[in-house]
Amino acid sequence: MKRFLGVTESFSNFINSGGRFLIFIPKKIIEGIRYFVWPRQSRRRYRTVILAVFLFAFLAANLDYPGYWNNFAGWVNPKLDAIDMPESVRKLDKWYVLKYADDILNVPNFISIPFSQGLDLQGGLHLIYEADLSQVDPGDYGESMNGLRDVIERRVNLFGVREPQVLVQESGGNYRLVVELAGIRDFDKAKEIIGQTPYLEFKELRPVDKQVKILRGFFEKQNIQVETESGDPVDVKTQISDEQLKGYCANISPGIILAVTRSEGEDPCFQSISPQLTGQYLEDASLEFDPNTNVPVVGLNLDDDGAEIFKEVTGRNVGKPLAIYLDGILINYPTVQQEISGGNAQISGFDVEGAKILTRNLNAGALPVPINLISEQFIGASLGEESVKKSLDAAIIGLIAVVLFMIVLYKMSGILGVMALAVYLVLLLAIFKIIPITLTLPGIAGLILSLGMAVDANVLVFERLREEMAGDKDGEPKDFLFVLNRAYSRAWTSIRDGNMSTLITCLILFWFSTSFIKGFALTLGIGVAVSMFSAMIVTKYLMRLVGESRLGKKRGIWVR
Amino acid sequence: MLKHRKIYYTLSLVLVIASVISLASFGLNFGIDFTGGSIMDIEFRDGRPSHEEVRSALGETDLGEIIIQDIGDAGLILRFKNVEETAHADVSEKLKSLGEFDERGFQSIGPVIGEETKRKSIWAISLVFIMILVYVAWAFRGVSFPLKSWKYGVVALITLFHDVLITVGIFSVVGYFLNIEVGVPFVAALLTILGYSVNDTIVIFDRIRENVLRQGSIFNFADVIDKSVKQTYVRSLNTSLTTLFVLMAIFFFGGFTIKYFVLILIIGVVSGTYSSLFLASPLLFSWSVIKLKNR
Repeated sequence: MKRFLGVTESFSNFINSGGRFLIFIPKKIIEGIRYFVWPRQSRRRYRTVILAVFLFAFLAANLDYPGYWNNFAGWVNPKLDAIDMPESVRKLDKWYVLKYADDILNVPNFISIPFSQGLDLQGGLHLIYEADLSQVDPGDYGESMNGLRDVIERRVNLFGVREPQVLVQESGGNYRLVVELAGIRDFDKAKEIIGQTPYLEFKELRPVDKQVKILRGFFEKQNIQVETESGDPVDVKTQISDEQLKGYCANISPGIILAVTRSEGEDPCFQSISPQLTGQYLEDASLEFDPNTNVPVVGLNLDDDGAEIFKEVTGRNVGKPLAIYLDGILINYPTVQQEISGGNAQISGFDVEGAKILTRNLNAGALPVPINLISEQFIGASLGEESVKKSLDAAIIGLIAVVLFMIVLYKMSGILGVMALAVYLVLLLAIFKIIPITLTLPGIAGLILSLGMAVDANVLVFERLREEMAGDKDGEPKDFLFVLNRAYSRAWTSIRDGNMSTLITCLILFWFSTSFIKGFALTLGIGVAVSMFSAMIVTKYLMRLVGESRLGKKRGIWVR
Repeated sequence: MLKHRKIYYTLSLVLVIASVISLASFGLNFGIDFTGGSIMDIEFRDGRPSHEEVRSALGETDLGEIIIQDIGDAGLILRFKNVEETAHADVSEKLKSLGEFDERGFQSIGPVIGEETKRKSIWAISLVFIMILVYVAWAFRGVSFPLKSWKYGVVALITLFHDVLITVGIFSVVGYFLNIEVGVPFVAALLTILGYSVNDTIVIFDRIRENVLRQGSIFNFADVIDKSVKQTYVRSLNTSLTTLFVLMAIFFFGGFTIKYFVLILIIGVVSGTYSSLFLASPLLFSWSVIKLKNR
């Protein structure tokens, strides 16, 4: 019999030879520990592995569908709460240890992770934009695309969609942005907002009276009460003072500025410079380090016209903030330290990451990369839902047929095989939730196919077992476990080759960038890996465990 | 089994030729995934208007050729060329005049993406072919007599071509009469069939390898092949049956969206099982005979 003790043996050898000089550990203790972790006596080992597998499967099953667990928790918790401590015990419990224990003693709800569903299942919008990089230096393509992605991401976040995806994709020298918005309804507006070319603008502070006017107009529409220092609630609408309103632009909050701009149609704090200082005057922005302090700064480089405007603006705004807007959203407002001539400015006050992001954003606005919509897919939710439900029901019917077929054809082996398949299914679904893998219709097809592979591995072994058992009929009957081992080792090469070729196919498909095919390849690939585990470990160990009992002697029950 | 190999060859040849003819005459109805274009899937709330009404309502918009198809009780599928978002909004507006509707889906794919998908599909399928040839040649490197290991790979490849051709051929007939478009799912299905079929073939080859290695230096290759097929056909049939159970269930009871995807898989599984049993092994034998004759 093969022994899988290589690692542990060499480990204990190491400890007992060279390792002994480091720490002295008696061989007996090592053997004892090893016995518990990986017992040599096979029956115990198989039992440990199977127990672990089923424990994991139990956890996985609850992760797949926490409904039963949570129902149980909901049923048992009130009963646990109802148990009261007797008075006599409570007296002894000076530090309330038991009381706390009683409070804590509850069955928690199981962790709930939803399946991540693809657009075809839950509906949504899938857009592909091609970026026109004709004005960008080829060396800067990557950075430009990242800047563009930041911009689009910010726009997409305005929709409040769960897990929006914006990806940069390069294909044959063409740079693209793939945008996926799940569950969105107002897709015309979404496309309109996403499709704009990034727009960068510098703005200066408004005159104070104008600020107050806009802010007051905003607050008059709100119904907010604020507690003043004296403690009396004050109705903001009528009682807010000019001084308080001025405070909103003295201590800038981008969130309030955005809210007011949306409601009033005008920015409360900042106004455009005249002439407008936009991204077209900005040559580029770069991440630099202050030579004296080694602090990261963002360097701005303006062209000649821009330098002139910039000089004027900074000259009249010393000590005041100069705001940078991208797509109408305030991204930064550095304070002007002095009049800046020559068109080179530095913005400081970030960590490296913050400076990087600002540089990218400024560049995105400086060299606007126009984008063209080249592909769009909109999937209504109802269509997907209906189709998924029907397909799932159908898959369950198919599964029941497979289960019956296995049991009728392979009897005891079939039953154990079905148990292993159940383990395979719950583990696979749990993996999909944990990683998480986005489930799409083709993904489900891939899952079904991997299920077929899992069944196939079992069938291969069972057929082999049947042959081996028939083969030793004329000779003297061999031990069942011996025959079982041989069936497994002989079936292994076919299982390995078949699964390997499928895995290779998956790898190639995964390289295929279409998300449809990617989903298929990913679920099939993971499915094949888990199915090998199910067939080669779970089924085998189950069969060994049962085969070691008296059932192993009854040859007739194992296969047809 | 090898005795009847001429029958199998004839059957396969007839099927392949029929597929080629059907492909040549019916062709594949490439969908917008490959050609570019727009699909609009709408459902009217109170009964659908006639095709003529739709056409006259859309009259002035430049949509190229418009294909209109009924679906369900009150649904319509409109196909036209790849358009800008403004044109899509325009179409929605004009259709509203015919009655309130819900838009269940809209796709517009530019010709660039279509071309690229086509190119990548061909690449993916070719790569799978090559990788399978290499893998089989490598996996069977232990055998060199009576056939070199790469020849196993070539035979596996021939059976794969056979399966893909027949599947595509049958689908071209079905697609022609039921008006089904070929899109990216079709490619995924073909690739799946490749994986499935090669798995089936490999299992039998594996058995042949095992039996060859067990023989002494002198043996009858025909007997070995016959024996190997006999030993594996039950497994092949059982596996195919279990896969077919699930596929059939989805085909008959499952959702509309993956129905044809599953249909391709069904055709492929049947063809793959047939070819691995009745084509792959006889081809191995014939090749060894040719080799002997040439000596």
